[in-house]
Amino acid sequence: MTELLVPFAYDYMLKALWVSALVGGVCAFLSAFLMLRGWSLMGDALGHAVVPGVAMAYMLGLPYAAGAFVTGLLAAGGMAFVRHVTSLREDAVIGVVFTAFFAAGVLMASINPIAVNIQSIVLGNILGIDDNDALQVAIISAVSLLVLLAKWKDLMLVFFDESHARAVGINPMRLKILFFTLLAACTVAALQTVGACLVIAMVVTPGATAYLLTDRFGRLLVISVSMGTVTSFVGAYVSYFLDGATGGVIVVLQTLLFLTAFVFAPRHGILAQRRSIATAREQAV
Amino acid sequence: MLQRVDDRTADAVSVVPAIEVSHVTVSYPNGHQALRDVTFSLDAGGICGLVGINGSGKSTLFKTLMGFIRPTTGQVRLNGMPVARALKTNIVAYVPQAEDVDWNFPVLVEDVVMMGRYGHMGFLRIASRADRDAVDSALERVGMSAFRKRQIGELSGGQKKRVFLARALAQEGRIILLDEPFTGVDVTTENAIMELMRELRDNGHLMLVSTHNLGSVPDFCDQVVLINKTLLAAGPTQTVFTQANLEKAFGGVLRHFQLVGANLHDDDDPRGVTVLTDDERPLVFYGEQSNLRHATGTPHPPEDAA
Repeated sequence: MTELLVPFAYDYMLKALWVSALVGGVCAFLSAFLMLRGWSLMGDALGHAVVPGVAMAYMLGLPYAAGAFVTGLLAAGGMAFVRHVTSLREDAVIGVVFTAFFAAGVLMASINPIAVNIQSIVLGNILGIDDNDALQVAIISAVSLLVLLAKWKDLMLVFFDESHARAVGINPMRLKILFFTLLAACTVAALQTVGACLVIAMVVTPGATAYLLTDRFGRLLVISVSMGTVTSFVGAYVSYFLDGATGGVIVVLQTLLFLTAFVFAPRHGILAQRRSIATAREQAV
Repeated sequence: MLQRVDDRTADAVSVVPAIEVSHVTVSYPNGHQALRDVTFSLDAGGICGLVGINGSGKSTLFKTLMGFIRPTTGQVRLNGMPVARALKTNIVAYVPQAEDVDWNFPVLVEDVVMMGRYGHMGFLRIASRADRDAVDSALERVGMSAFRKRQIGELSGGQKKRVFLARALAQEGRIILLDEPFTGVDVTTENAIMELMRELRDNGHLMLVSTHNLGSVPDFCDQVVLINKTLLAAGPTQTVFTQANLEKAFGGVLRHFQLVGANLHDDDDPRGVTVLTDDERPLVFYGEQSNLRHATGTPHPPEDAA
């Protein structure tokens, strides 16, 4: 029994636990919005696009979050710009822009190998996070969470129906910029916990799972955020015993929950659909 | 509803047109000119049909009225205000085309109607008692109260339209823009929607309705705006919605049947029948003149033209 409490005895574990939970929660909040518009891959794209920013920040001795945030925003802006000017489809635009940024990051890190431990960016290293970074992550997440709590209804309306948003005096453009700024900021925060490659899971899986469980957006947010917070906390905790990458554990947990919902969800799950087809057949006979 | 008469007189006093479009030209960045020098104005308390072929600039005009597109030259005023300010005062409601809505979005019918109230709420958009009452009565009015807990994708085409109409009602906008409200809707719903629009008109609302449904235009529109990149004609339905103008608006696009003489009937009535349709409810003219009659044979109600 006492063995299970061991992680709580270490400062670095405590820090990892609450930082993970915070980041997991706020990423899950964003995930609920992203999947509604088919923008889920934006999370992945931003996760990779921040890498050159991190590399550059290390070289210049700046806080990594600043550099990451700048390139993240540049990538988001670049995608919006290419999309606006050309008639290329979203997936192609996202693909071209984020690989360009990621390649730049890898190149920088390989030319200047001592400056950055690229592995800690790609895979995350929450267990090794120092106090400064932890504080940065905490501030980013807390501010984002507050903004989202105040603005989620307006954002929902913009995602659902921009014309109507305009009709009630909301400026959709301003809110979209706000949203992508938050997304870039939270992607930066999530880098520390799960790394660039698994950021995508943090900003997709909780929302996708919640989507299977409810038809109301308010509830969807609650489910998604709870799932993000709990899996991140538990994931960090379990990773102590497994001695494995925290990001991997968190995402595996989220995937397990998704699969459970996929099978057992009351209306949108496989079993429910089988049942309703069977009922329909019986009625037809 | 009880204040019908008062509302009308109140609106008659106000001199500012509800929608005023003056010399509006819209060019897209790629050089394509979508609208050229369009000018018309509409007063409160009316139903105006916006008629034109696909690509004639109907949706560009809507987008300009909603402030999505800024006119390259010219200006739009709503109740005497520039668009941006008018939108802040919550006077414009918009009923989107069915294909512009994501029907898988996780919202219930009542959530959508509540969105109509956002402009009346504070920063955090917390619904007050008045907001909930407005939603209840809007749902009641379109006959969708029983469906309020349904996810929007579970509704039929006609029910979906009613939900968005209820949202416009809940918003209490004085100007309502309806984008193809009759597409994919059964006749019962179509009639219910028209009836509701007439009530709203009598309460002093202005509705601008884009439609392909030529046959029902004389039924419910007292004004018509015909466009094809530029304004072709605008004014009372009786004088503007003529065969000549429609041929101008649609060119060769309309199906056009003319049945005359012994082919048509074997009696002394010398009038021919002209059928115009772009594949929705057809428009039928008897004889040469624009003696408008509905395809189903009901005469054009005189009060509509008043």
